[in-house]
Amino acid sequence: MFKKALAPFLTCSSFVSMKSLGAESDNSVMGGGLTNLNMPRGVTEVSQVAYDVHMLMMWICTAIGVVVFGFMFYVMYAHRKSRGVEAANFHEHLGVEILWTVVPALILIFMAIPATSALLKVYDTENADIDIKVTGYQWKWQYEHLGEGIKYMSEMRTSIDEIEGREPKGEHYLREVNQPLVIPANKKVRFLITGNDVIHSWWVPDFGVKRDAIPGLFTAAWARVEEPGLYVGECTELCGKGHPFMPIVVEVKEEKDYDLWLEGKKEEAAIYAATIGKDWSHEELMSKGEDVYKISCAGCHQADGNGIPGIFPALNGSSIVQGPADGHIAVLINGIAGSSMQSFADQLSEVDIAAVIHYKRNTWDNSVGDIVQPVDVLNFKTAQ
Amino acid sequence: MAHGPAEGITRWLYTTNHKDIGTLYLWFSFAMFLTGGFFAMVIRAELFQPGVQLVQPEFFIQMTTMHGLVMVFGAIMPAFVGLANWMIPMMIGAPDMALPRMNNLSFWILPFAFAILISTLFMEGGGPNFGWTFYAPLSTTYAPDSVNYFIFAVHIMGASSIMGSINIIATVMNMRAPGMTYMKMPLFVWTWLITAFLLVAVMPVLAGAVTMMLMDINFGTSFFNAAGGGDPVLFQHVFWFFGHPEVYIIILPAFGVVSQIIPTFSRKPLFGYSSMVYATAAIAFLSFVVWAHHMFTVGMPIAGELYFMYATMLIAVPTGVKVFNWITTMYRGAITYETPMLFCIAFVILFTFGGFTGLMLSVAAADIQYHDTYFVVAHFHYVMVAGAVFSGTAAVYYWLPKWCGRMYDETMGKLQFWLAFIAFNITFMPQHFLGLAGMPRRYADYGLQFADWNMVSSVGAFLYGGAQILFLYNVVRTIMHGEPVKEAKVWEGAEGLEWLVPTPAPYHTFTKPPVVISGAAGEDEWSISGATPHVAFKASPEAG
Repeated sequence: MFKKALAPFLTCSSFVSMKSLGAESDNSVMGGGLTNLNMPRGVTEVSQVAYDVHMLMMWICTAIGVVVFGFMFYVMYAHRKSRGVEAANFHEHLGVEILWTVVPALILIFMAIPATSALLKVYDTENADIDIKVTGYQWKWQYEHLGEGIKYMSEMRTSIDEIEGREPKGEHYLREVNQPLVIPANKKVRFLITGNDVIHSWWVPDFGVKRDAIPGLFTAAWARVEEPGLYVGECTELCGKGHPFMPIVVEVKEEKDYDLWLEGKKEEAAIYAATIGKDWSHEELMSKGEDVYKISCAGCHQADGNGIPGIFPALNGSSIVQGPADGHIAVLINGIAGSSMQSFADQLSEVDIAAVIHYKRNTWDNSVGDIVQPVDVLNFKTAQ
Repeated sequence: MAHGPAEGITRWLYTTNHKDIGTLYLWFSFAMFLTGGFFAMVIRAELFQPGVQLVQPEFFIQMTTMHGLVMVFGAIMPAFVGLANWMIPMMIGAPDMALPRMNNLSFWILPFAFAILISTLFMEGGGPNFGWTFYAPLSTTYAPDSVNYFIFAVHIMGASSIMGSINIIATVMNMRAPGMTYMKMPLFVWTWLITAFLLVAVMPVLAGAVTMMLMDINFGTSFFNAAGGGDPVLFQHVFWFFGHPEVYIIILPAFGVVSQIIPTFSRKPLFGYSSMVYATAAIAFLSFVVWAHHMFTVGMPIAGELYFMYATMLIAVPTGVKVFNWITTMYRGAITYETPMLFCIAFVILFTFGGFTGLMLSVAAADIQYHDTYFVVAHFHYVMVAGAVFSGTAAVYYWLPKWCGRMYDETMGKLQFWLAFIAFNITFMPQHFLGLAGMPRRYADYGLQFADWNMVSSVGAFLYGGAQILFLYNVVRTIMHGEPVKEAKVWEGAEGLEWLVPTPAPYHTFTKPPVVISGAAGEDEWSISGATPHVAFKASPEAG
């Protein structure tokens, strides 16, 4: 693999953005190889101006470095005491001192021009065709297609067994989600980014989009992608222990496919809404609840429900879990102010909330025995 | 006046002697350096391969947090305070620091601060896990309970730093020997004077930031909580208003050290002394007005973003002046390559390299891609490790013979240098590539595409750790049975008051001040290294 390291230094090696999920991938080199040296040029105007200004700066710095260090190495060789040289005694020269103040300043002005125009491009968020609201949660993303009534969570699919080495790591290790963000090609998409709990940062390198997801504030970024495909990104602001485990996957579809997908999503939501009124059985709730618990709760409260002493309280044997159902529903709907227990009202559906509450009340050492129905959750919400 | 130190442990507990306190600072900082280094080894061991093997992600981020805090506040800053204590009085012809009792206090509260900080790792819920930049609300609403101990520890460190810097300012302003005007002071004294002003200005800001955190956590205020009318971004502005000057607090004394050592081994006066002073002052001023370049992705208005970009780029000018001056000092000198000189040359090259990546980072549009990736990690380790740590190492080798009257083992010193230099680059050069290819920092685990370079980087880190053990051994061996040195002027090309006192430096020096007299260049018997050569000392100092 060291052969690859000898490939031309700092050539533009393409970022391994699994553009062909499922299909053959050109980046399946285990370990990534050693030739993966540079920033991706990306697929949007913003990422390309960022790349261009990055390369420009790098080459200017390289050129200055060659001159300065070249002179320094010459001095280090030629003016060694062991060659019998006598040290000179000069210590000032107004001319060169002015020169090496003014010339770098001029170079900086030259650099500032492309740097400014690149930044103007980044901030050009007006006149978007589509708005997507991106919300960072510990440790997942929520995407909302504004004006379409479509909202979904996007969570990492890589299993804990792969992470902890009990299973071999898949090709898309830490780069796969249950539901990618879907956007249309050739449309100006504006991302309105915010956070729900702590600060996250939404980064898709191929789009040149990185904006902090700050609770209580919105930041904006944009992308117009021509080529359909899958683009991968990551959270880039430390947000707790799950920081590496909330990847971003964006699926860019042709416009007509996007419209079809949107229709499908709307139908799905309608069907789902109908199940809220249904009478769920103990078994149905337990099996659904266990799935929800693993994804949304076990990260903090642990798979065995015992939590982590001092940080995350135990649910096993908890008085809230075993108390009246409404108290438990209230915690999930409203969260607990001033703690890391967030509100799940916008993250989970009524069915999910009912199922997970029912599951927790009837697993481990807990055995309340009653049944919490989705409609109970809905009634609680509407009563508030 | 001729009395020596007290016997036993009380010598160290009660001492008001600048040399003893300097020694305490230096050993304390080295202990912290090894502690922070151990945390780094845990980090690199976990990142050796993708997956979670050695430590859980929760503990991993405690390690990255503690590594940063311990290295910045426990290792680098006290190391330079130790050098200041030892050298500033001897360089300006003063008998001691101006405020010796406060000097004792400012050191002795430090071990308590770090005992408190490190003890949090053993508390229920773990230690600080929010990065050394401790952004709210991760460090407030979502922090482990031990955050209160962290806040208390930061307060104590801040108090220590403020007292230390007030002492330096008081010493430099009041205790210079007759004739030692400001523009004759060695550059190490100048850089520390300016650094001390930076510290006095920004440590209270840090104290304010952690106090607001304390209020938010315990008393229901909402400085950084948007739900209560506060602003999480406010925290970042306050933090970086401290944090950016802080990085110059770390690097300016390092500039001073390099400006002492390069002239010595080039056997030639420092080039452009006055422009060095002005450049240092310019860097210090600029450090106050560029803080938000750490926040290019928080969604500032474009006018703010452009301003912080231009102001940041401007720092390249005075920094460039310094680099050009060092190289021109070497030009037409008679250079020899002892260990301190090797570390200083590596400093100039690697620090400048870090400066180049810093310039790239200043360009906001590109920074949006670099921000919070390993590119940034690589950048600041080039300026912090190859900058501050290399120059600190150079300073120890340079002045160790003067301190203890024994010469270190040159072969072992050079071996350590080459090991550290090569290992450093193996560790941190690949991190540029990782960052550009998209690996974010503070990741306990990473995708398979980053595996190879991470492995290379980890191997380099272990080697670099090994080089420090060699350093420790060489220093201890020198103190215990190094070759005795008798000459006051240990190095052929060394100039300055500290080289006029006997070797090893007696417990009390300059109890009667030397007289510094101006003369014409080239005629003088003595001149101060790092000062203009128009400075001569006609009176020989009286020691003891």
